[in-house]
Amino acid sequence: MTVALETRGLCKSFGALTVAQNIDFRLQPGDRHALIGPNGAGKTTFVNMLMGALRPSSGRILLGGDDVTRAPQAQRVKRGLGRTFQINSLFRNLPVLDNVALAVAERRGMAPRMWRAAGSYADIKNECAELLEPLGLASDALIPVIDLPYGKQRLVEIAIALGLRPRVLLLDEPAAGVPSAETERILQLLEKLPAEIAILIIEHDMDLVFRFARRITVLVQGEVLLEGTPQEVARDQRVHDVYLGEQHHG
Amino acid sequence: MMHSGGYSVDARIRWPEWLPWIAALAAFFVLPEYLSLGARILIYILFALSLDLILGYAGIITLGHSAFFGLGAYAAGILSAKLGVADPFVQMAAAGAAAGLLGALTGAVILRTRALTLLMLTLAITSIILEIANKATWLTGGADGLSGVVVAPILGAFRFDLFGRTAFLYCLSVLFGGWFLVRRLIYSPFGAMLTGMRENTQRMHAIGAPVYWRLVGVYTLSAVMAGVAGALLTQTNQFVGLNVLGFEPSGELLVMLILGGVGRLYGAFIGPLAYLVAQDLLAKQFPEYWYLGIGLLLVVVVLFARGGILGLIDKLLRSVKKRP
Repeated sequence: MTVALETRGLCKSFGALTVAQNIDFRLQPGDRHALIGPNGAGKTTFVNMLMGALRPSSGRILLGGDDVTRAPQAQRVKRGLGRTFQINSLFRNLPVLDNVALAVAERRGMAPRMWRAAGSYADIKNECAELLEPLGLASDALIPVIDLPYGKQRLVEIAIALGLRPRVLLLDEPAAGVPSAETERILQLLEKLPAEIAILIIEHDMDLVFRFARRITVLVQGEVLLEGTPQEVARDQRVHDVYLGEQHHG
Repeated sequence: MMHSGGYSVDARIRWPEWLPWIAALAAFFVLPEYLSLGARILIYILFALSLDLILGYAGIITLGHSAFFGLGAYAAGILSAKLGVADPFVQMAAAGAAAGLLGALTGAVILRTRALTLLMLTLAITSIILEIANKATWLTGGADGLSGVVVAPILGAFRFDLFGRTAFLYCLSVLFGGWFLVRRLIYSPFGAMLTGMRENTQRMHAIGAPVYWRLVGVYTLSAVMAGVAGALLTQTNQFVGLNVLGFEPSGELLVMLILGGVGRLYGAFIGPLAYLVAQDLLAKQFPEYWYLGIGLLLVVVVLFARGGILGLIDKLLRSVKKRP
């Protein structure tokens, strides 16, 4: 089985400041993997490098076995890399349907079409309806995103990413800003995502992490401190030290 | 009345959309002494439509759209006055091609930038073209303008007459074609994608859209349209002056579009109409102060009607509908 996503010796530094150091990381198809670490550990930097928004100083990124270290973002998405954003990054004034349809049209290569009315592409609209249904957004399809409650907006984030039919999905704090009562619902929906997708979740809500993830990577100061099962991570004294704010010495 | 396109709207033409065309034809018969002003308005509508496509839909801000309008005007003029090509469609095609080429080349360079940087670069480009037109007197006539433009009868049958009847109908037909294409475009998946780029560029990248190439593409299309509008101006005036280039016509066009309503398709119709009619009336009444009137009009629109005149009409219609 090909590795869905892999990094080899990934490094990033801004001048003297190193934000990613020699990160080796593997994600298999169907994995449920969490990336955790205290603030400033380099989680966002890592995601940005995976997506192509930031160029690594050295090291390689492989997607489905192909080197994409220097590939632009659009190409990585075409090869099956999708993401959601920590802070909603939606088409706020457009209806939910259009938010998802833009992604679906892009994946199907229909976005550059200039003649037929967008509303007449029944295949795109049907696919959107199928995506929105399990997320409980079917009845909100025609409502502008800006008029939705925040919790539902978080689901639109996920719907857009699923519209790309990703093989690897990066979820950047899917429950951020959501009241704890709704976190449960988001977790249930995440558990129902297609099993074959490799999912990497970056999350601060430890409850969610430990229930969702089957493997966890702990990142501290740009370095992988530990990778293991939730039980191994929970037992590790160093992880406790880091999260209790104690200075960790080698 | 918002014409935003997208996947959830009905793209069929609604009856109010025929009004501009009925009004234009009515004006042709009722106001024969105003046909040259009418042709000017139609040309500016086409020019404003081209700006709306990139500004209102794709969200590209520019103060340099006159570069394409002016290049189109000069291309048509030079072709006729210097090379003796009198066929109006050949002139128009050449103008569109020249402007499109400039749009593709400059767009490829400047569309990697955004916001103020982009604004300044667009302004720089039209200023450079203006300076070239000013200095290359052997080709453009420089500050004296380019005269001696000859336009053959359209399709060999319709001569440009003294009263501007042919010019008016010619401009109206070209505008109709331009409107039809732009309307198709904004309701298509491509149009929806343009709105997406305006709304959230970061997300467009994340869904795999080659944003930069798409911007260059729509910028080029818009440039072609502006170039065609420029050619129409040359053909109806049979003269080209330096005033088609530089900051002033760009700024003026922007004011017209804001006045009418940005990103609404028909804002590009209302804006130039209101602006040029107001200019015509005010300039007759107050030849020295007419810009003050335009300024006041703009202040009123920006203060009370952020969506332009069309936005104001929208608001009024909605409040009327709400009443029992």
